[in-house]
Amino acid sequence: MAGHQTYEEQKALVFKGLMLLGAITIVEVVIALLAKGHMIEGVNFKHGFGHYLYMALMVGFSLYKAYFIVFYFMHMAYEVRGLVLSVLLPTTLLIWAIIAFFQEGGTWGARRELIKQKNEEVVQPTPAGKPAGYILPGTVLYKG
Amino acid sequence: MADTSVTHAHDTHEHEGDEQLWEGGGKSPMRASYGKVMMWYFLVSDAFTFAGFLIAYGALRFSMPTWPEPDFVFASFPFVKAHWPLIFVTVMTFILIFSSVTMVRAVQEGHRENARGVVFWMFLTILGGASFLGCQAYEWHTLIVGENMTVSQNPFGRHIADGIYLNADGTEAKNEDGTPKTFQKDDSYLLHKHDGKFDIPKIRYTTGVDAGKTTEASFGPPSFGALFFFITGFHGFHVFSGVVFLTIIMLNAGGSLYAARKNGYEMVEKIGLYWHFVDLVWVFVFLVFYLL
Repeated sequence: MAGHQTYEEQKALVFKGLMLLGAITIVEVVIALLAKGHMIEGVNFKHGFGHYLYMALMVGFSLYKAYFIVFYFMHMAYEVRGLVLSVLLPTTLLIWAIIAFFQEGGTWGARRELIKQKNEEVVQPTPAGKPAGYILPGTVLYKG
Repeated sequence: MADTSVTHAHDTHEHEGDEQLWEGGGKSPMRASYGKVMMWYFLVSDAFTFAGFLIAYGALRFSMPTWPEPDFVFASFPFVKAHWPLIFVTVMTFILIFSSVTMVRAVQEGHRENARGVVFWMFLTILGGASFLGCQAYEWHTLIVGENMTVSQNPFGRHIADGIYLNADGTEAKNEDGTPKTFQKDDSYLLHKHDGKFDIPKIRYTTGVDAGKTTEASFGPPSFGALFFFITGFHGFHVFSGVVFLTIIMLNAGGSLYAARKNGYEMVEKIGLYWHFVDLVWVFVFLVFYLL
């Protein structure tokens, strides 16, 4: 690990990491308080474009913190390519998981009223002699 | 990334007994010991577990008409009566960052075969982990005992439209200065308990599809409580396990077990990977629960 760094360089990296992670965290919290309307009376980014910008910033900062921790604190930057790829490539599957599940959640939310309506719907019992189940109108039943 | 000309600190250790490690090759393609590679893969699997939980949080949040506001829910601070939104959790984040930094120092001292340094920095790391757990205990205690949140009940709600609070007899409630006690869409509220029973205010909406309708303020989505306790609890359990393993490894390092192995205190490096991962997960828990 980090065989090409001197002890002094390593200690400097630790200090840099502390400052960097600390500074990003403070910036994140200050922006969060501003965006949620706690810093300046009447100013917030709770809706529309400002809100998307805020969320993108927060995700960006967090991803940068994650990158720094993995590559410098966990020394991923000094590992061989095979190890780096075998660890990082599988995590790209999560991109699809995020898209799919957020889409699912959003659709569920949008259809909440419809689902409630359908749950409360009273279904007429099937008259005797008629086939059970749902048959599309105009369907001709095969009689053998 | 891969600079093969660099002499790695562990080369001597890695290449002893090559013929048993990788059949016929005589070289380890990962240039890392079996233990370290396997720790990485364990962390990959753990990352998927946490990602699954956090994605579930996102999906459930999107599926709800309202969701509690983090800066309203997480606003308590020890010994302070006022609302200090997000400040306490920032302190917790800093504690974890500090303990991550002391962990890096412990690993570095391990490479220098400096047992005293390893023990000193690991001790600070353990202190950080324990303080974090203490903070989490405070946060949970505030939510469970003070604010009556459980895994199945969430008294933190948000109004779905503008409206006005009503008295128990159905008349419009007034503020102390005589103005009507109104609320706006997206305003947060917390249902309080009095004498062991929830005191649920009556409200009348003035906008939205339910305008003119008199109803009761409702509880927030219960999944918020379940997700909060489950995810921060799972992370806290990782911190707790980390503290236990850090303690064992610190004692071993002090007892010169690792010095005898002459591998640059690799066990310290492995627990270091785990500890940084716990900090890494907190970055995302912090993002999802407190910032967004």
